[in-house]
Amino acid sequence: MKELEYPFDSAWILKKRRTIKKMLLEDGSNRIKKHIAVLGGSTTSDIILMMELFLLNFGIEPLFYESEYARYWQDAMFENHELEEFKPDIIFIHTSSRNLDFFPENVSCIQSEMDTALEEQYKHFEQMWEKLYETYHCPIIQNNFEMPSYRLLGNSDAWDIHGKINFITRLNCKFYEYAQKHQSFYINDINYVSACYGLDQWLDPKYWYLYKYAMCVPAIPDFAYNTVCIIKSIFGKNKKVLALDLDNTLWGGVIGDDGQEGIEIGHETTLGQGYEEVQHYIKAHKQLGVLLTVCSKNEEENALLGLNHPSSVLKPDDFTVIKANWNPKDMNLVETASELNLLPESFVFVDDNPAERAIVEGQIPGIAVSEFETVEECIQSIDRAGHFEITSLSVDDAKRGEMYKANAERAKFQKTFGSYEEYLTSLDMNAKITDFEPIFLSRIVQLTNKSNQFNLTTRRYQLSEMEDIANSNNYIRLCGSLSDRFGDNGIVSIVIGECIDQTVHIDLWLMSCRVLKRDMEFAMLDELVRKCRERGAVKIVGYYYKTNKNAMVKNLYDTFGFTKLKEFENGDSTWELKTAEYKNKNHVIKVNEQEMA
Amino acid sequence: MTHEDIMERLTEVFREVFDDDSININNRTTANDIEEWDSLEHINLIEAVEKEFSMRFQMREVSGMKDVGEMADIIAERAGSGTKKKKGFFKK
Repeated sequence: MKELEYPFDSAWILKKRRTIKKMLLEDGSNRIKKHIAVLGGSTTSDIILMMELFLLNFGIEPLFYESEYARYWQDAMFENHELEEFKPDIIFIHTSSRNLDFFPENVSCIQSEMDTALEEQYKHFEQMWEKLYETYHCPIIQNNFEMPSYRLLGNSDAWDIHGKINFITRLNCKFYEYAQKHQSFYINDINYVSACYGLDQWLDPKYWYLYKYAMCVPAIPDFAYNTVCIIKSIFGKNKKVLALDLDNTLWGGVIGDDGQEGIEIGHETTLGQGYEEVQHYIKAHKQLGVLLTVCSKNEEENALLGLNHPSSVLKPDDFTVIKANWNPKDMNLVETASELNLLPESFVFVDDNPAERAIVEGQIPGIAVSEFETVEECIQSIDRAGHFEITSLSVDDAKRGEMYKANAERAKFQKTFGSYEEYLTSLDMNAKITDFEPIFLSRIVQLTNKSNQFNLTTRRYQLSEMEDIANSNNYIRLCGSLSDRFGDNGIVSIVIGECIDQTVHIDLWLMSCRVLKRDMEFAMLDELVRKCRERGAVKIVGYYYKTNKNAMVKNLYDTFGFTKLKEFENGDSTWELKTAEYKNKNHVIKVNEQEMA
Repeated sequence: MTHEDIMERLTEVFREVFDDDSININNRTTANDIEEWDSLEHINLIEAVEKEFSMRFQMREVSGMKDVGEMADIIAERAGSGTKKKKGFFKK
């Protein structure tokens, strides 16, 4: 729903929330259900209502547990059957500077006394996180602290150990250190959000006195949206691609009319600086694994001329796909998506022209479109929307653009071969298929939570669940990576089989679409059967759970040589394979033969 | 702005907030007359009314208003005075 996308009208959302919720629930879309526990140090009711709207709009249907007013700590620390039965998928601790009980407002304290107070305050939280993780094994989201409304020591409040600002700053840093060491722990940066909103308004004390809200009510949608960005990222709802217009989006002017010397980019002109910063900001996304593509109405020759401008930060090489032609943009976007084996809804479209935005938005459901009027608003419009909210950074992310580009080169190469098998053999592919190694767990979880198309069961796992599986003897785990003469694709396929008696049930089978049609799935199957035989398993049972995205693997088990046991009315099916009858299917990929780079 | 004008616009706000087009209000309407009007919805209602009439209620008014009539009187006195206190860092 457009009204819930950034930049949204908070007052309107607050007023119309009942109507909005009804509309979202009736729109017939498929949503994943998640249990979210909100443990508050202040009132949380409207916060939960706003989170619900934004989550629904991101394709997540939340069920909430809400602590009694300001009982966050008690709820976490003491036996809590209700919360145990609730089985939270995420715990969100909503505390604020109103909850700082250990700050000694006493300027005669010596350094060691202040340090002790700080440590006590920190431990109050740390022991709660430890307890929660130990009990519930789920991700925890914790607010940091916003700045206070007054400064007893004036400017010295920032640096003097007796200042509350100094205390809060140090405490926040301790929270960050904890976050750096714990993968399932996330900071909700309300210190930043409150600054953006305007601290004076955010802290309007009326809302505390009247309703015990830690922020002003009109700021609740902004706050809820920021929180929800973390949650949707954890559950794999981030965008993956930036599709960019060129003229008056990446530079000022029209390259076809103004020529290379006529466009504005670089620090020589006022507008040129703005476009240069936009380009810097966009280029930085490559390190996050976001793919950059061009979608422009231009002659391709002119598009390249603009990108080769000496002051252009972005060069043609930075883009995975460049579409510069006169076709409708929605068509170009759909084509780009299919070339990359991605869904168009994983794109963010950036274009200065409101008419183009409206067409794309109308034609491609689920695509995000950045709203801005001038170049100076562009970065904020992309940034605040949280399209690419980072909750895990893996080494593969920075290389993803290269991988997709290598794919494009492979496609060119393919044209010179007689048969497809000949082509595959010529790729000189090497796979490494191993158990889940600890250093790859975060990448495994990341891939598991965002693969939709080549995914038989679309089961999602949190890091803690994956750790349990990795440490259990009841599972066969396969983690496959693939390299070839054009480059290393990194980890591309994950399989989890649960062993019950002499049968292995396939809980998860997924593969990244960037290695489609490379026979990697056969290499994985060969390895799975080998492992099953090693354990004396005689039977493998496969499950296909239909979603609106995984039609491409509907008959995968058939091509694997499984026998269909049952097909259900909703499109799901179950399959079986006798391990004794299986013959290896992969003939083109070398498996575990060489050390991968 | 007449009392009638205010009541008309207030009715519209009530209908939007409680998502119920059948709501009619008069001077003596209180929270007891509208099923959904609880303390949580009261917060939301106050915000929406302030926005509609570009004014702010004082704290004591928010918790002390007897009925819709009293709300309309405060609005009549203060409508258009602004929803945001413009507070620059060094400005009053």
